[in-house]
Amino acid sequence: MSFEIDVAIERGEARIVANYTVPKGLIALFGPSGAGKTSILDAVAGLLRPVRGRIAVGETVLFDSERRIDLPPERRACGYVFQDGRLFPHKSVRDNLLYGWRLAPADQRWMGLDEAVDFLGIGHLLGRMPRTLSGGEAQRVAIGRALLRGPKFLLMDEPLSSLDMPRREEIMQVILRVRDELRLPILYVSHDRAEVERLADTVIPIGG
Amino acid sequence: MGLFSPEEWQIVALSLRVSGVAILLALPPAFALAWLLARGRFPGKVLLDALVHLPLVLPPVVTGWMLLLAFGANGPAGRFFAETLGLTFMFRWTGAALAAAVMALPLMVRAMRLSIEAVDRRLEGAARTLGAGPWRTFFTVTLPLTMPGVLAGLVLGFARSIGEFGATITFVSNIPGETQTLPLAIYAALQVPGGEAAVTRLAVISVLLSLAALVASEILARRSGRGPGHVL
Repeated sequence: MSFEIDVAIERGEARIVANYTVPKGLIALFGPSGAGKTSILDAVAGLLRPVRGRIAVGETVLFDSERRIDLPPERRACGYVFQDGRLFPHKSVRDNLLYGWRLAPADQRWMGLDEAVDFLGIGHLLGRMPRTLSGGEAQRVAIGRALLRGPKFLLMDEPLSSLDMPRREEIMQVILRVRDELRLPILYVSHDRAEVERLADTVIPIGG
Repeated sequence: MGLFSPEEWQIVALSLRVSGVAILLALPPAFALAWLLARGRFPGKVLLDALVHLPLVLPPVVTGWMLLLAFGANGPAGRFFAETLGLTFMFRWTGAALAAAVMALPLMVRAMRLSIEAVDRRLEGAARTLGAGPWRTFFTVTLPLTMPGVLAGLVLGFARSIGEFGATITFVSNIPGETQTLPLAIYAALQVPGGEAAVTRLAVISVLLSLAALVASEILARRSGRGPGHVL
């Protein structure tokens, strides 16, 4: 599985040009804040339309301006873990976790609720509402929600940045296990050098 | 109950029916307009915004007169509804409901628009990446999150409808049993020598109704599970 990202993104006045073809594993887009790292993830997820270019993951073309291909986000089979968790505030942890699972075709799912709950250690949280969760708990649930959607790859946007040090270590272990045990390709955005050196198989510097 | 006469109960029942039908009538257009004003980008948005708010600032008598022109026996809308649905508005409770709906619309649009603008659109993006199409995202994420505003709009609209006077009396007159809602009945009682007792009783009913609406909205907002529950 490889990521092929060759896009121009218009964002306000700034134009970001990204051009990489990268191998599998955890690939870190590393650079200072405001360099446009999140915009690149949003473009891969289909939440932001590039001005032109091409995005392909593995054999699947997600976006190609010349061939007029632009898959809607719901058909890109990506699991997106946002910086702020972005859990649905009106749904319980269980319903957050199952939101994407229920929508996924059966042959696309590769994890069940019980398995995800065990993997992340969140069994005691299922009945809670997101606003009652700590940052670390919310981020675990967000990772679970993304995994249960049955993704072919993960996008992670600074998933540790809102956490204190002990929680960071905890979630970092989870991410390493996603990488090594589930063998899921991950496109990972961070501005923290130590974090990137610890997690990434490949580092791509952005901006700066 | 012996506290109020059958005529007074009839007035209350008519008021509730007129206001209930009015807000149900106004709900779909109010939500659509709120959506357009919150999310839409189109030329003439400022003008649409102004038009929606017009009943709020116009003298209600003028609104009533315009309804009379449009929905009267010879008005274009009046003739259309009479011919297609057999529905007439003049001197009828349906007209009172229409007048109340028009007067309540701006308040309902305002409340709903605020709640639509308050929805974190990034949550909609999250839903899309989880496999939900635009419609499913709307019904499972956006709409539930705007619910407090929709409820607030309904309560505000209902309260406004219960109190509606000027447009109603201009458009459908003051006919006991047909268009005489609470405020119109109070006005009529005030014109009659010795009507003070009736006025007092009707005024007490008005206060009780308004209180009930506010308490109900508070309970609904709490049940929807977000925020401290203050919708007004």
